[in-house]
Amino acid sequence: MRPAIVELQGIRKIYGIGTPVVTKVLHGIDLRLEEGEFAALIGPSGSGKSTLLNLIGLLEHATAGEIAIAGESATELDEVALTELRGRNIGFVFQFHYLLPAFTALENVMMPAIIRDGSPTPRAEADANELLAKVGLAGHEYKKPSQLSGGQQQRVAIARSLSLSPRLILADEPTGNLDTHTADEIFALLREFNRERGSACLIVTHDPRLAGRCDRKIELVDGDIVGSHEIAADADR
Amino acid sequence: MMPRLRFEWLVALRFLREGRMQTVLILAGVTGGVAVIVFLTQLITQLQATIIDRVLGSQAHVVIRPLEEANARALDPAGSSAIVEPRAQRLKSVDQWEAVMRAAAATPGVVAVSPVATGPAFAVRGQANKSVALLGVDAERYRRIVKMDDNMTRGRFEVEGTHALIGIELAKDLGVTVGDKIRVVTADRRDEQLTITGLFDMGNKDLNRRWVFVTLKLAQSLLDLPGGVSNIDLAVSDIFAAKDVATRLEAATHLTVDSWMTTNAQLLAALRNQTVSNNLIRSFVTIIVALGIASVLVVSVVQKQKEIGILRAMGASSRRIMAVFLLQGGMVGLVGALLGTGLAITLLQVFSRVYRNADGSALFQATLEPRFAVLAALVALVVGLLAAVIPARRAAKMDPVQAIRV
Repeated sequence: MRPAIVELQGIRKIYGIGTPVVTKVLHGIDLRLEEGEFAALIGPSGSGKSTLLNLIGLLEHATAGEIAIAGESATELDEVALTELRGRNIGFVFQFHYLLPAFTALENVMMPAIIRDGSPTPRAEADANELLAKVGLAGHEYKKPSQLSGGQQQRVAIARSLSLSPRLILADEPTGNLDTHTADEIFALLREFNRERGSACLIVTHDPRLAGRCDRKIELVDGDIVGSHEIAADADR
Repeated sequence: MMPRLRFEWLVALRFLREGRMQTVLILAGVTGGVAVIVFLTQLITQLQATIIDRVLGSQAHVVIRPLEEANARALDPAGSSAIVEPRAQRLKSVDQWEAVMRAAAATPGVVAVSPVATGPAFAVRGQANKSVALLGVDAERYRRIVKMDDNMTRGRFEVEGTHALIGIELAKDLGVTVGDKIRVVTADRRDEQLTITGLFDMGNKDLNRRWVFVTLKLAQSLLDLPGGVSNIDLAVSDIFAAKDVATRLEAATHLTVDSWMTTNAQLLAALRNQTVSNNLIRSFVTIIVALGIASVLVVSVVQKQKEIGILRAMGASSRRIMAVFLLQGGMVGLVGALLGTGLAITLLQVFSRVYRNADGSALFQATLEPRFAVLAALVALVVGLLAAVIPARRAAKMDPVQAIRV
């Protein structure tokens, strides 16, 4: 068994505690994700997929339960330490409109490195250029997100999520709002980085076609994991 | 190419550049506010300085006089009552004036001392006679008390022998000019023939009509003050310390010591009121500018929720997000201060051309003291930072997930 990149034990998330509207979203999730794993998180709307992703991404606090990222427990960490742990290990791919509109494609890709180093470095710029070329955006470096198509924006978002070579990529509907062809390309890109760099991927998706092309399918219904299947190695990848 | 700036500067500058209209409006607000403050401050400071300069243009900062004479009962038996009449004040000399003058000159803050023998007389020419004030001075010393050289319209401020300097109004009244002779007569019928060697204009008709400068010696003999002086005039380095210097001298010499501040108490009170109203205006403008900056930044924080969330998700700590917004406030304040100072200089130039004195000279100088510019920049910077505190804290407190979900 490979070492775990994510380990969840008994994770519960309840919103609105102390208010009239209490929403129980997750009821005791246990989940282990290995290094280099390529997994899909599927489930109907409102099943808690995004919440689970945000919890793993250390963007939200669990109401109860244990979270460990790359073997380091995050349960007791304060804001600064969480930010640091997240920055070191996790890259996010949000839906395509989550780029910084005020910055160019290149600057968006450099941003995680700028945040980590305090200011832009030639190294970060070179890396960002390379990543943009890799996602097929050479020549678009100095365009603002608004000057790029949806697919191109999503490529920028993927390049950005990879800029610090994270050990875990969390993608929330990376292909939502994209046409089938573009969605396939984006998916292929994630797959390529997973193979080349060994980054584990957890992809939230509604698209059963894409989910079927992952190594593993984790199904969430009403805040519980109802199924977790390894997908046969010979399946379409 | 991306400028090699710190993350906080990079993002703050980009946010300001991106919110172009907001940035322009907020800068316009700060610029206007700073311009009003700097312009008003400079204007009032200058006008006040001019007024004080005018007042002090014809009087000493501090004057030492003999004590007034008063009647007192030698014996005051209990149970008796008496009416003590005030005494008529005769002209008399400052006791031991040379020693007093030396002591005054040695007092810290005093830059010049000048003995003066002054008293009433009549200036006579033919049928005309005018009551005047004789001022016996040592020209060399006196010009350091009152800048007479600037007031001379003819001749130089020098007296010797039986030479005299008179004001332009007296010259007109008596129909004399430089080179002519007049006679001065005192109440006890001492008189002297004087040759006019210069005319002055104090900018005050009354003084131009009354003052007659002669040598100290001549005034002493005409006024029956042999070897004596009626008062000692002082100039001090800091004019607003005149009162303190006077108090100290009074304690040291036991003579009557008056400062210009006591003599012109009403004027000073008026100036002080002007300063108070100026401060009020400045405070209100500052508050309004601060509110303007704060409200624009609050809106900006709401608009930038998503970006803030993304930055937080990418590892930017809440402190750095806070710094981004504080920097925006600080930069807006500082740039606004620079622009506002420029605008203030323009205003000063325009208004100094529009508003003129009766004689056509500028009412105030079109220059700006650097200290006001520096002060404005500092105040604007601090106000900008303070105004940004609330928006910045809001931004920092923002939950990244909430921010992203908008």
